[in-house]
Amino acid sequence: MLKHTENIIEVKNLVKKFGNFVANDNLSFEVKKGEIFGFLGANGAGKTTSIKILSGLSFPTSGDVMVAGFDVYKEREKVKKNIGYMSQKFSLYEDLTVRENIRFYGGIYGLSGKYIKEKTESLIERLKMKDIQDSLIKSLPLGWKQKIAFSVAIFHNPKIVFLDEPTGGVDPITRRDFWEMIYEASDSGITVFVTTHYMDEAEYCDRVSIMDQGRIEGLDTPAELKKQFHAKNMDEVFLKIAR
Amino acid sequence: MNRFIGFVKKEFHHIFRDSQTMLILFGMPIAQILIFGYIVSNEINDVKIGIYDKSQDHITHEITNKITASGFFILHENLNSEKEIEKAFKRGIIREVIVFEPNFAEKLERDGTAGIQIIADASDVNTANIVSNYTKAIINSYVKNELFTQGLPFEIIPEVRMLYNDELKGVYMFVPGTMALILMLVSAMMTSISIAREKELGTMEILLVSPLKPLPIVIGKVIPYMALSFVNAIVIIALSYFVFEMPIQGSLIFLLAETLLFIFMALSLGILISTVSNNQMVAMFISMFALLLPTILLSGFIFPIENMPKILQWISSIMPARYFIVIVKNIMIKGSGIGVIWKETLILVGMTIFFLGMSIKKFKVRLE
Amino acid sequence: MQNQSNYIVEVTDLKKSYEKVDAVKGVSFSVSKGELFGLIGPDGAGKTSIFRILTTLMFPTDGQVSVLDFDVIKDYKKIRSNIGYMPQRFSLYQDLSVEENLAFFARIFGTTIEENYDLIKDIYVQIEPFKDRLAGKLSGGMKQKLALCCALIHSPDVLILDEPTTGVDAVSRKEFWEMLIRLKDKGITILVSTPYMDEANLCDRVALIQNGEIMSIDTPEKVIENFGRKLWAVKSDKIYQLIKDLKSLEFVDTVFPFGEFLHITLKTEDLNQDELISILTENNHKGIQIQVIEANIEDCFMQLMSTSE
Repeated sequence: MLKHTENIIEVKNLVKKFGNFVANDNLSFEVKKGEIFGFLGANGAGKTTSIKILSGLSFPTSGDVMVAGFDVYKEREKVKKNIGYMSQKFSLYEDLTVRENIRFYGGIYGLSGKYIKEKTESLIERLKMKDIQDSLIKSLPLGWKQKIAFSVAIFHNPKIVFLDEPTGGVDPITRRDFWEMIYEASDSGITVFVTTHYMDEAEYCDRVSIMDQGRIEGLDTPAELKKQFHAKNMDEVFLKIAR
Repeated sequence: MNRFIGFVKKEFHHIFRDSQTMLILFGMPIAQILIFGYIVSNEINDVKIGIYDKSQDHITHEITNKITASGFFILHENLNSEKEIEKAFKRGIIREVIVFEPNFAEKLERDGTAGIQIIADASDVNTANIVSNYTKAIINSYVKNELFTQGLPFEIIPEVRMLYNDELKGVYMFVPGTMALILMLVSAMMTSISIAREKELGTMEILLVSPLKPLPIVIGKVIPYMALSFVNAIVIIALSYFVFEMPIQGSLIFLLAETLLFIFMALSLGILISTVSNNQMVAMFISMFALLLPTILLSGFIFPIENMPKILQWISSIMPARYFIVIVKNIMIKGSGIGVIWKETLILVGMTIFFLGMSIKKFKVRLE
Repeated sequence: MQNQSNYIVEVTDLKKSYEKVDAVKGVSFSVSKGELFGLIGPDGAGKTSIFRILTTLMFPTDGQVSVLDFDVIKDYKKIRSNIGYMPQRFSLYQDLSVEENLAFFARIFGTTIEENYDLIKDIYVQIEPFKDRLAGKLSGGMKQKLALCCALIHSPDVLILDEPTTGVDAVSRKEFWEMLIRLKDKGITILVSTPYMDEANLCDRVALIQNGEIMSIDTPEKVIENFGRKLWAVKSDKIYQLIKDLKSLEFVDTVFPFGEFLHITLKTEDLNQDELISILTENNHKGIQIQVIEANIEDCFMQLMSTSE
């Protein structure tokens, strides 16, 4: 496989300050194309701040940040075209149907009507949601919503998709179905940048970064991190870093 | 009791720590009353005018006297030619010039008609309108009261508004209306929003589960806003008295008591709104559209009720502000006592009981 | 206490329906004095509905529910003054300081911070350095500690916590559970709900709940014992390929990723490990590891989910 060679995200000496508070303290890391990159950290460690910068929603105070080959400072419209985003909340319109949501998001990214139509059909087919395609989102179980939300986030074939706690509160089987979708996306070359509070999910990632108080305190494959911190599992690694 | 005091204290913390709430509570009433007051009052006091009297007879002199004696106008200069008019305006001191045509009295007696030209400085359209309207009103009243009584049997319609200077002194109209509007806003909207906020945050669940009973929760919510609204009412009255020299002919105590009644009514209404709204946005919208707009449009605050279509007149009769405006006007301007306004007072009492009863009935001790 | 029965909470055939959905479909359980009882299940399983009924915030549609021997409908006032409740996403008063929040809740329950300080001391000392900070400015873990203090301030007999650890990081979660276990040791009965399966092991007894029905109710050890099947953990260097390959095998029943391993159950009695290794090696897998393991709560939950459907 040719994945994991080309850098899709490059962060050098990223600093983000809010007044005197340093939310991101000199972060440097790279994410490779097609990689599943776990971005972990305690509440308030600075994860959200970094994701906002990487997705072009917020400017860094200093440092260089390249996403999908574009500078987040100068070319943020281009950055936005090449990324997908899904958070635990607010990803879909509750009062629109499954089909309407998919078409709406396709429309945002300026895809052609014909393309949207075809892709919507094949997507609904693949999600096995033919029977419920005209149901309102709010009538569906959380796990289904999250699957749809993910499909919508990668509908426009972005180079990177940011997932902010995508599986919170989802039942264990659906959670695993969801991760299979992530694997599939990664397999097709989409880089997945994911945050989670489930430590077993950290092990599904190719590489994991663990933040504490604005800094990256650990960054490697789960296996290497466990070796490095003499830990049985990622849970222990996390506790050792963040406690 | 301790529980209750703790609750009220907490409410005050919420209010005093939120700069936006504070601004709405205290900045807005002052701003509103000043805006409404000055728009009107500035323009009707001591407007400097010029007069170009081409006739110089007894009637033109009499009209000139009437105008200068009205208190709104000061005769700044007498002009002697058309050219001077333009020059006078250009100097920027006078706002209006009144021109009497030649042989004014003669024409009037012979033809029954004579012309007066009113030229106003329309660079400020509003002022020009108001000033020329005042002038016309003064001339018309002269024509009615002085000329026609000299011979022809003439029907004189006594106009109450003129008597109490309603139309001319707009601030008298705006103070009661603004007071009603602000008290409604602060009392009803703020209480309903603050209760809805607790529902939204989930803190209401804890309050319900606590031994605190619904009544103390509601009263605890209401007391701070009642106090603040009352302070607001006093600020408004003080401003209108000292800044705009609006008289308080009747009893101040009586006025404050009626104000308190109105505040209480508005608070009950606020609680009722909060019982039917589950979040701040709904509370806000209901307050805006069900309370504020009707208060502004239908209470007689801006548009006279007499001129409304019948159906709107009926609707206006369920607007609490309508009665409060009548009460305030009567006490402040006419000095009336309870004997005159008992009906309006009773209506407000009735509305208060109704809203309070409804909200107690609707207040849920559970989440459903 | 006029508590005659041994149960602090008794729920018999509880049903709760909203306009269109049946959120709780006939649930029965009881909680003994001093027990730490966990309601484990994903969002939408009915946990919050059950807790809201227990805290008298909602009426049951059907069934008997009593807390401390008081009926949740008739004697709701008595229940309310004897329970501590932390609703889901409870956010405190953001514009009050830590100390003001606590003092407020103490006051409305007719007590003072001093009176029950012993109970909250362990937790409160951790947030005391920030007692003048507004609650809105606290970190997630600290907010949660403060919320727990507020729920405890009147020394309730029962503590009902609705998803207290949702969205909270692993460290804060661990600390929170340590606090709960200390409280349990002080004799407080605790009911807690959570979507995190790994937290089940910390409870005395758990009810696994899904779609408004309790699938299993027992001690965590017994739940695991009842798994009753052999379970293997399989690993290779290409995890996604491995999932696909294992799923395509005739004799494999379920395949679920667990950390770096996949947990699999079989349709056959036993596994011929050599055979599996050779199949996988043929498919270019490297670093293959296969071992028999004991199920955990999540394995059990998923098995119960698939059998109940």
